[in-house]
Amino acid sequence: MTTYQEFIQQNEDRDGVRFSWNLWPSSRLEATRLVVPVSCLFTPLKERPDLPPVQYEPVLCSRANCKAQVDFRAKIWACNFCFQRNPFPPSYAGISEVNQPAELMPQFSTIEYIVQRGPTAPLIFLYVVDTCLEEEDLQALKESLQMSLSLLPPNALVGLITFGRMVQVHELSCEGIAKSYVFRGTKDLNSKQIQEMLGLTKPTAQGQPGRPAAPQDAASTCRFLQPVHRVDMNLTDLLGELQRDPWPVPQGKRPLRSTGVALSVAVGLLEGTFPNTGARVMLFIGGPPTQGPGMVVGDELKTPIRSWHDIQKDNARHLKKATKYYEALANRSAVNGHSIDIYACALDQTGLLEMKCLSNLTGGHIVMGDSFNTSLFKQTFQRVFSKDLNGDFRMAFGGVLEVKTSRELKVSGAIGPCVSLNAKGSCVSENEMGIGGTTQWKVCGLNPSTTLGLYFEVVNQHNAPIPQGGRGAIQFVTQYQHSNTQRRIRVTTIARNWADAQSQIQLIESSFDQEAAAVLMARLGVFRAESEEGPDVLRWLDRQLIRLCQKFGQFNKDDPTSFRLSESLSLYPQFMFHLRRSPFLQVFNNSPDESSYYRHHFVRQDLTQSLIMIQPILYSYSFYGPPEPVLLDSGSILPDKILLMDTFFQLVIYHGETIAQWRKAGYQDMAEYENFKQLLQAPLDDAQEILQTRFPMPRYVDTEHGGSQARFLLSKVNPSQTHNNLYAWGQETGAPILTDDVSLQVFMDHLKKLAVSTFF
Amino acid sequence: MNVNQHTPMASPYGQPPPGYAQPGYSPLDGGYQAPYPSYNGPASAYQPGAPPQGPTRGPPSSAAPPVSAPQPYSQYSQGQGSVQNGPPPMTQAPQRPPVSQPYHQGAVNMSGPPQSSYPQHYGPPPTIQQVSNQMGGMQINAGPPTAARPGYAPPHSAPPPASTPYTAAPPSYSQAPPSFSHAPLPVSSAPTQPPLPPPSNAPPTAPPSTQQQQYYGGPTPAQQPYPSSIPPTSQPQFTSAPPQQLPPQPQFTTAPPQQPPPPSQPHFTSTHPQPPQPQSYPPSSYSGPTQPPPPQVSQALQQQPPSFQSPPLSQQPFSSASTAPPPAGPPGYAPGQSPRPPPATQGQFPPPPTSQPGAFPPTSTQSGQFLSGPMPPLPPQSQTQPPHPQSQSQPSPYHSGPQMPPMSMQQSNHMPPSSQGPPPPMGPPGPLQQQQQQQQQQQPPPPQPGMPAGYPPQQNGAYGQVRGPQPGYPGPYSGPQNYGGPAQAPGPAAQKRLDPDAIPSPIQVIEDDKAKSTEPFTTGVRGQAPPLVTTTFSVRDQGNASPRFVRCTAYNMPCTADMAKQSQVPLAAVIKPLAILPPDETPPYVVDHGEPGPIRCNRCKAYMCPYMQFIEGGRRFQCGFCSCVTEVPPHYFQHLDHTGKRVDCYDRPELSLGSYEFLATVDYCKNNKLPQPPAFIFLIDVSYNAVKSGMVNIVCQELKTLLDYLPRENPEADSVVRVGFVTYNKVLHFYNVKGSLAQPQMLVVSDVSDMFVPLLDGFLVNVNESRQVIESLLDQIPDMFADTRETETVFGPVIQAGLEALKAADCAGKLFIFHTSLPIAEAPGKLKNREDKKLVGTDKEKSLFQPQGSFYNTLAKDCVAQGCCVDLFLFPNQYVDMTTLGVVPVSTGGSVYKYTYFQAATDQERFLNDLRRDVEKPMGFDAVMRVRTSTGIRATDFFGSFFMSNTTDVELAGLDCDKAITVEFKHDDKLSEDTGALMQCAVLYTSCSGQRRLRVHNMAVNCCSQLADLYRNCETDTIINYFSKFAFRGVLNHPTKTVRDTLVNQCAQILACYRKNCASPSSAGQLILPECMKLLPVYLNCVLKSDVLLPAADVSLDDRAYLRQFISSMDVTETHVFFYPQLLPLTNLDSSSLPVAIRASEERLSKGGVYILETGLHLFLWVGASVQQELLQNLFGTPSFSQIDASMTSLPVLDNPFSKRLREIISNFRAQRPRYMKLMVVKQEDHSELIFRHFLVEDKSASGGASYVDFLCHMHKEIRQLLS
Repeated sequence: MTTYQEFIQQNEDRDGVRFSWNLWPSSRLEATRLVVPVSCLFTPLKERPDLPPVQYEPVLCSRANCKAQVDFRAKIWACNFCFQRNPFPPSYAGISEVNQPAELMPQFSTIEYIVQRGPTAPLIFLYVVDTCLEEEDLQALKESLQMSLSLLPPNALVGLITFGRMVQVHELSCEGIAKSYVFRGTKDLNSKQIQEMLGLTKPTAQGQPGRPAAPQDAASTCRFLQPVHRVDMNLTDLLGELQRDPWPVPQGKRPLRSTGVALSVAVGLLEGTFPNTGARVMLFIGGPPTQGPGMVVGDELKTPIRSWHDIQKDNARHLKKATKYYEALANRSAVNGHSIDIYACALDQTGLLEMKCLSNLTGGHIVMGDSFNTSLFKQTFQRVFSKDLNGDFRMAFGGVLEVKTSRELKVSGAIGPCVSLNAKGSCVSENEMGIGGTTQWKVCGLNPSTTLGLYFEVVNQHNAPIPQGGRGAIQFVTQYQHSNTQRRIRVTTIARNWADAQSQIQLIESSFDQEAAAVLMARLGVFRAESEEGPDVLRWLDRQLIRLCQKFGQFNKDDPTSFRLSESLSLYPQFMFHLRRSPFLQVFNNSPDESSYYRHHFVRQDLTQSLIMIQPILYSYSFYGPPEPVLLDSGSILPDKILLMDTFFQLVIYHGETIAQWRKAGYQDMAEYENFKQLLQAPLDDAQEILQTRFPMPRYVDTEHGGSQARFLLSKVNPSQTHNNLYAWGQETGAPILTDDVSLQVFMDHLKKLAVSTFF
Repeated sequence: MNVNQHTPMASPYGQPPPGYAQPGYSPLDGGYQAPYPSYNGPASAYQPGAPPQGPTRGPPSSAAPPVSAPQPYSQYSQGQGSVQNGPPPMTQAPQRPPVSQPYHQGAVNMSGPPQSSYPQHYGPPPTIQQVSNQMGGMQINAGPPTAARPGYAPPHSAPPPASTPYTAAPPSYSQAPPSFSHAPLPVSSAPTQPPLPPPSNAPPTAPPSTQQQQYYGGPTPAQQPYPSSIPPTSQPQFTSAPPQQLPPQPQFTTAPPQQPPPPSQPHFTSTHPQPPQPQSYPPSSYSGPTQPPPPQVSQALQQQPPSFQSPPLSQQPFSSASTAPPPAGPPGYAPGQSPRPPPATQGQFPPPPTSQPGAFPPTSTQSGQFLSGPMPPLPPQSQTQPPHPQSQSQPSPYHSGPQMPPMSMQQSNHMPPSSQGPPPPMGPPGPLQQQQQQQQQQQPPPPQPGMPAGYPPQQNGAYGQVRGPQPGYPGPYSGPQNYGGPAQAPGPAAQKRLDPDAIPSPIQVIEDDKAKSTEPFTTGVRGQAPPLVTTTFSVRDQGNASPRFVRCTAYNMPCTADMAKQSQVPLAAVIKPLAILPPDETPPYVVDHGEPGPIRCNRCKAYMCPYMQFIEGGRRFQCGFCSCVTEVPPHYFQHLDHTGKRVDCYDRPELSLGSYEFLATVDYCKNNKLPQPPAFIFLIDVSYNAVKSGMVNIVCQELKTLLDYLPRENPEADSVVRVGFVTYNKVLHFYNVKGSLAQPQMLVVSDVSDMFVPLLDGFLVNVNESRQVIESLLDQIPDMFADTRETETVFGPVIQAGLEALKAADCAGKLFIFHTSLPIAEAPGKLKNREDKKLVGTDKEKSLFQPQGSFYNTLAKDCVAQGCCVDLFLFPNQYVDMTTLGVVPVSTGGSVYKYTYFQAATDQERFLNDLRRDVEKPMGFDAVMRVRTSTGIRATDFFGSFFMSNTTDVELAGLDCDKAITVEFKHDDKLSEDTGALMQCAVLYTSCSGQRRLRVHNMAVNCCSQLADLYRNCETDTIINYFSKFAFRGVLNHPTKTVRDTLVNQCAQILACYRKNCASPSSAGQLILPECMKLLPVYLNCVLKSDVLLPAADVSLDDRAYLRQFISSMDVTETHVFFYPQLLPLTNLDSSSLPVAIRASEERLSKGGVYILETGLHLFLWVGASVQQELLQNLFGTPSFSQIDASMTSLPVLDNPFSKRLREIISNFRAQRPRYMKLMVVKQEDHSELIFRHFLVEDKSASGGASYVDFLCHMHKEIRQLLS
């Protein structure tokens, strides 16, 4: 084992796991003193092209309540988690030192099984389309949808629900007259009613009670979800004929949009026909729900949609009710393993704040754009259907993540696009962090980058030391439906050494993964921010940071200048600084929808992306050398440089003052300034590369010094130079930022001061 | 015998009523009665006027004093009587009254003339005689009368038999009677009369009677003539009712009729007092009459009463003749008239069990004569008599007169019978009458001579009737008693006693009215009764609404609530606001008063109409309804001419016409917004049954063409009505048929618990813009559901869907729902099967007529608020709870069509024709109707298909051209005879082109302070319309038995009141009916026997509910034919006119004949078992009776005149009725004959309904009970 860096990297590549601590403190007390909990970021479906799935069933620990899988030698194996001894099943008869099953090879700490049992169900895509759009938008959306049909596997089932004032469920199997079922947009219906109204309830005459009809039956009888190959033409025509919502919209009113009911119908439809089958509800909206359950704002244009200000003043009339409504829907959907995507394209808010849980709880996507007629939406939407090397969709459905721990550890909770399955067990901690109280979470929609933050609690008592060299183990069992409809189980087993915090604090410190820790702490912060006031969260974060610094910093009491942090923690405060300024915690300048959107992505992306979100990356392009990453600081903004900033959500290309002038002068078109042209082109190419791969596609901004769009850059960089200190610093480089925000320097100064303070 | 219709009497009186007349009349009546038994009665009734008259008139006075006044009256009355018979005349008469007096004389003369006319009518007279004979025979000759009449003549010769006949008559009644009576009558009349008269009346009456007789005679003759026209029927049967007869004939109206005439006669006499002339006339006429009288003692008497002219004497004689008793009371009238005669007759006839009969007959005859006689006579007389001022009045009478003649004829017929018996006694009087008649025409001389032949017979007949009645009555009575039950008693006994031909015949009345209604009916004269609904006539709007729009039960309303209560005659109007006028009549003009809207009274908000009186040089106008004075807006100002009329009076429809329309302004619109054009939404049941029966396919195919015929105002332009389509079973399917779509789109709404409209744009479309899409849709609907297995349906949500669609489109409209089954699917308005036949006949039966729950009531209310009219086409195979399903259609002014066991092959034609008509017919939407009236009366109750949220506004979501609303009025104060009673019906509606309009109908009727006037000017058909609606609503809250009893009771009270107050005294055994109500019993019986009130075992609850609801919006024409079906013999179809109908009784059917029967809902072709092969060949193309396919629904198209003509007749029938009638071929003895028999309403019904004869007896009993 080389450095921790490498170890961490290796672990991430192999298992998709990043722990905040790679050595675990051996007692509860010590663990608490470490400030940052033992936790990890786990990417269940991390792409492992090198990992062939095995075709047999996993071996389970026979103890009923354990069910830990695999591991170990001899014809008898001892469960690592409950220490139950189990015999190997007959199929392992040939087992020997030379012929080990994959489970037993060290490089297969993660292994994927394909479950042969049970029926396979096709993928289901249910489009829920808002028709209260501008003609242009609707047209673009229709085209995107039609295009998407060609991307779906032929056997995938597809359905269409459109809504405006009414909700229409289109029947796809009919010939001749296009047929649809209509629901009133103002009436909340329960699942049973919806199924009855859609004619989905079977005559209960002969059906054995308690046994739901087999999915195949449903597939053949459900007129609303049909294989793409069968209804391709029909659906294309149907989409082509989609009209804007025909109900007149009086002056001064918003169109009536029954988003709530539409979703309810979608959820109800799937619930009734394909429970526990992978399905994606894709909601396309061009504005906020304005009527019925889930209404976010009234139809009076004179009443603006809620702002943060309204929410703080408790002035948002529909907020609580709508949120509650969508949460209920999301939970229902999650229970059945269906995920809900929201594609919201509008200039104003669309009610994402209320609806976010739909995606957050079901693992769906949220995409926010200005119009369906933008490449942002089109590309992003197309990317939903991107495929991996095997030609399979990069998506998985109905995932259930189960976490097993050895007895020194308990699970506190998870933060990510999941819902609790309320599976109580011996390894459930009473101390909840995130979504806790369970060892199983449902992640209805998964993709290779979906990452959950998992938090653990060391429960080993201080007075019952763990034997030297003891290892703690954690096993992640992820069952999911692969996009090729196979059911699979991926098992990742992790083991880490225990360390005595008193004697081995240095080792523990060096095992600190500050990036992972920053992201994990950030998730905790965001999770709190969802339910608490912003300032409280910031204060909490600050306190954590200070305590961490106190714990691991080297300093003389009350001497801020003496403060030092080791390398493994050096970047952590900086992350925290940017995190404090990030839209995940700061709502200023962001609408509630935007905040929800940012947070949504933050709690589901993997570590790298999360870090970019916390601290955007800034590259500088100049004639003086190859592109280089530079400090996210106002000092990096120079006239003769081109900057490329990636905040995950935005991709900003900023031309320095001089470059901008040159460009304006057209030098790039002159042969002799070919190099300039190349310089201009370089960031574009790099940006393109990012645009090609990122999901959702970031907002692409090409701006220059003094341009209005430059604000994207200016709001992110550390305001080391402001109108307050510009002249004091006396530097000519960089660009002053007009802000009263504290700069990183000031932040650090305060941090040091507080960290060394005796009284803190 | 049985039923003397006073009509004559009444009518005369009615008109006379004016001042004189009434008293006079009443006196007359009274007189008659008085003279006879009843006398007092009438007198009392009339007392006011009567008293004086009574005394004066009574016998002598009438002659002298009365003469001037009374006479006129009487004349009028007579005239009126006749008029009444024939509506117009009446009115005229009334007006004339003033003049009438002179006229009266004229009238009297008229009477004479009439007689003469009668003679002219001779043909008829004979009939009359026959009638009378019949009357005499049984009184029941009505139908047969005609035949009988002819026979009569001969019979007359036979006269001698008279006496015997009488007695015999009774027995013979059924059939023979006629002949007998005739024979007897004539003979008897001639001979007997003479003899008789002498005995009782003869001596006394003779002289006085002469005059009276003249009158009578006049009347009689007149009657005879009249009878032919109108009276005949009336007289013979009821008409004769005239008091006098009444008394004598007591039992039968017929007799009364005659008696009535007497009254009239009395009047005449009184009026006639002018007697001189009359006398002169009388003589001649009398001779004629006299003869009759003699035979018909009573009649004669009655007639004699008329002879009153001759005054008291005659009357007395009569009275004596009729029945001595009366004499006293009647002094003048009754006595003079028939009353006495009756006595006489009685005396003479006594043998004829009931002197009454005798009396009746006489009376009837007399009345008949009077009525008809008077009228006709009047005219003629007036003409002839011109000398007399009365002549003027007469003229009017004349109008009526002409009609009258026929009347008289009939009457005479009736009369004859009664008279026949009596005649003898009457003899003298008779002569007088005859003389009068003769005077009028040939009759005088002929009379006597003729009498034998013509008149005499009549009289004889009358007497005969009288006799008949008497005998019959007894039986009848018993029958009546039984009545409650099936009225079996009548059976044998009745038959023996009552001759169906002797009782008032609807056919006769109808034919008489047709005969006299030759002139266009002008509405300018207030209180004038229009021709019967069965008569084809044209109308000229001269300030009152055409009878096609408004018909009243009484054209002479009682002035006070007390009177109204006493008489029990319902005061109601049947209004058909959007009725379609024949092509030759101009539809109401549209008046635009511009921005400010229609000019209205400030206080009562009545619209400008001819009743507004302009004052102060035209600057203001006084409201005719509430008397409030309102400023005339400057833009509407116009100077007045010297008569106080606006100069532009005739340029403005609202100042000169009875019906017109205003363009409404925004103020009259919902939400102060001009309305959108209406929309039609077709909602089609596509459940298994609907598809299987072929209904879905048919509807869809038909709609494709039907859409080109949506209603429009301008035939050139396209209709602006938008259409929408919905299909449904357990869920609803809406269709987007926007023109821009390549294919229609179906939108399924399963949320039936909370219905809504899934789309707006594209649902309601203009046909032309979306034709292709619509056609594509209609092509595909049957295919789409061809394999459906869904059997459950919803109903409430279907209506809600349509309603919501209209709401969303913000327009009014109509839903066409094609539905098959009981809505048992889970949804609002779900119904459970509650068919429970065990409840029928119990106190809980009413629950069957009450809808399940209140859901549909609430829904209906919502529909009305939106102007959503619902038409329901039902295709049930089993119980569908018609009661509940019909709630919304009925409340929204819609219609329900029901096709039980619908089969495409056989019912398609009927359904499609109904559908076509329903779609195409002009209608108004979102209508509100308000009826304003003169101070003194108030519209208190409304019947029809509509909804009322308050007590005054009738709200109709839809109002089509077939819908009628019956409005009942009650007094809340006194009315004035000067101003009459005014009513204005204003209907605010949206036309099919989306224009908001106000249609205004104005109607003015007279007011009277004398009951006789009231009874003279009623319209039985309208009363029946009211009664049926009243009763059919009553079943909602009361057991049907209670409802039936109530009806019978009220009817009895009406007639008893007449008998007591207007008819001349007669023995209690005599049934006396007012001329204009002589058909009341027969029609009422039909109502009582209807499936709703007395269901047969095989009548489903749905059918009953259906009929109940259906009737509620019928107009008078429809109710008339519905309750008394039209039965035509198809023996001779050569002429261009329809064959004369026969009475709806199995007896009238001949094995060798083919008949067609039509009810407005059903159409039967009855084929006798022994029809000639040739006829069958012509008709069916097969010579064999057994080869006729009874399942055919249309006749084979054969190229022979008979077949052509018959098919033409059938298609005409169909065109006339709002519902298409499926032809059903019934072979005699075939099982389907049971159904057919159900419509032979004069027979006993399978469900226990009484036969006409039985019912009449029962009614008589009831009346007698009331009187005692």
